[in-house]
Amino acid sequence: MKQNQLSDDQLFKQYQKKININRLKIILWQFVIFISFFGLWELSSQLGWIDKLIFSSPSKIWMLFTENLVDGSLWFHSRVTLFETIAGFILGTISGIILAAILWWSDRLSKILDPYLVVLNALPKVALGPIIIVALGPGYLSIIMMGAIISVIVTTLVVYSAFKEVDSNFTKVLKSFGATKWQCFKEAIFPASFPSMISTFKVNVGLSWVGVIVGEFLVAGKGLGYLIVYGFQVFNFTLVLYSLLVIAFFAAIMYFLVEKLEKWLIKNPDN
Amino acid sequence: MSFLKLNQISHQYLYKKGYTKALKDISFTASEGSFISLLGPSGCGKTTLLSIIAGLIEPTRGEVTLQDKPISDSKSDIGYMLQQDYLFPWKTILDNALIGPQIQQKQKNAIKEKAIQMLEDLGLSDVIDSYPHSLSGGMRQRAALVRTLITDPNLLLLDEPFSALDFQSKLKLEDLVSNLLHQYNKTSVLVTHDIGEAIAMSDRIYLMKADPGEIQKVFEIPIELRNLPPFQARKHLKYQQLFDRVWEELNKLEAKSIV
Repeated sequence: MKQNQLSDDQLFKQYQKKININRLKIILWQFVIFISFFGLWELSSQLGWIDKLIFSSPSKIWMLFTENLVDGSLWFHSRVTLFETIAGFILGTISGIILAAILWWSDRLSKILDPYLVVLNALPKVALGPIIIVALGPGYLSIIMMGAIISVIVTTLVVYSAFKEVDSNFTKVLKSFGATKWQCFKEAIFPASFPSMISTFKVNVGLSWVGVIVGEFLVAGKGLGYLIVYGFQVFNFTLVLYSLLVIAFFAAIMYFLVEKLEKWLIKNPDN
Repeated sequence: MSFLKLNQISHQYLYKKGYTKALKDISFTASEGSFISLLGPSGCGKTTLLSIIAGLIEPTRGEVTLQDKPISDSKSDIGYMLQQDYLFPWKTILDNALIGPQIQQKQKNAIKEKAIQMLEDLGLSDVIDSYPHSLSGGMRQRAALVRTLITDPNLLLLDEPFSALDFQSKLKLEDLVSNLLHQYNKTSVLVTHDIGEAIAMSDRIYLMKADPGEIQKVFEIPIELRNLPPFQARKHLKYQQLFDRVWEELNKLEAKSIV
């Protein structure tokens, strides 16, 4: 009965209010988790519930952070790793997509290469690290290669299967206009696979970080991965955790940027 | 001179473990401006036959000629409409309509204006810059119709283009298509399993049977029905008579295939 007394406009406003409250509740919970995690960490460290040497404490990390921010070493190391990761991500993703396109182009080639791709995909790519480093020298190049090689095969496999799954009626439409294979790829296959490509981008953001950090473990004299190894060697776990938090921050930003790209590429206002 | 000619078309699909004969010795002709329907149960190879006429599939045996030239030479003269609209979801309605000229690299301002004009004529002026997902099924199929007609094909191949629509949109679109085709004097081949649609729209119906796909019977549509728009034709007395005859024939086919 009460419902009937409200006008359409009021009902709509009520609905909007409800949505806003729900959104606020979610943000509040996320905030509570964040605060209690770091609060609990600080508290248990102060009260000696956990080993201060190994787990450090947020306040110590914060001190190190401000220190490094002022003397510029934060940006110096982040810059190196960030550059390597982004380069590795782009290189790995783009070569994966190009490889997938080649496989789509030649059915025979894809059948021939199939077992090799499966084995390469299962192979732990970071195990190739030592070889890459010896071949390309201990520097930027081999670390970028590590970031790329870890994602290239899985990108190829996922994007290739996305290419294959595009509804053949789209190409039928194009072929009825006399489209060439390249036109079919450009107009139908490639744009139809954007959603799958975006999900591989999201996975690859994480993978590139793994490749680059492992690469830095092995050779680097600078970068966040280097700081982690260095911190481990001198038993400075504040430095290790500080590097980890910086990595988490940048990884989140990269993921966020991929999401922006997704919104721009996939024109579907339904979402 | 026959405009479209199919000469002894046979086609088989080859698999690892054998083959199936999809079509067997199909021959027919269609004169310019006529409307032909291929009617039959599912699995009788109607869509395969249409793909062969479109030159998308090479038949195992036989040949298709359009104006006495092999079909492979005249691909740009053919328009193809599918069961669903298959508008590209990432292109606007206008860009979708212009995909044919774009593929054939004929995109000019004149053709763009023509597309806008055609979209407006079909009541799509408000959605020219919208994306397909925001349109109803009927609107989408009308946009697909513009896409097919924009390249000015001489031969139109319609693969159950109305089957995915609700009944009301279907009747409206039948009238619209029939009207446009007469207006531009286009030759058309319609594939359908809807008896009413075949009778209301066409000049001649080829009834096909399955396993292998063969022409079972030919029905000439009475002149009275041909000259009426589909919606009016459906009300005509002769429509019902012909419907019953075709119905009976189709039932015979099914009875046979069950035994």
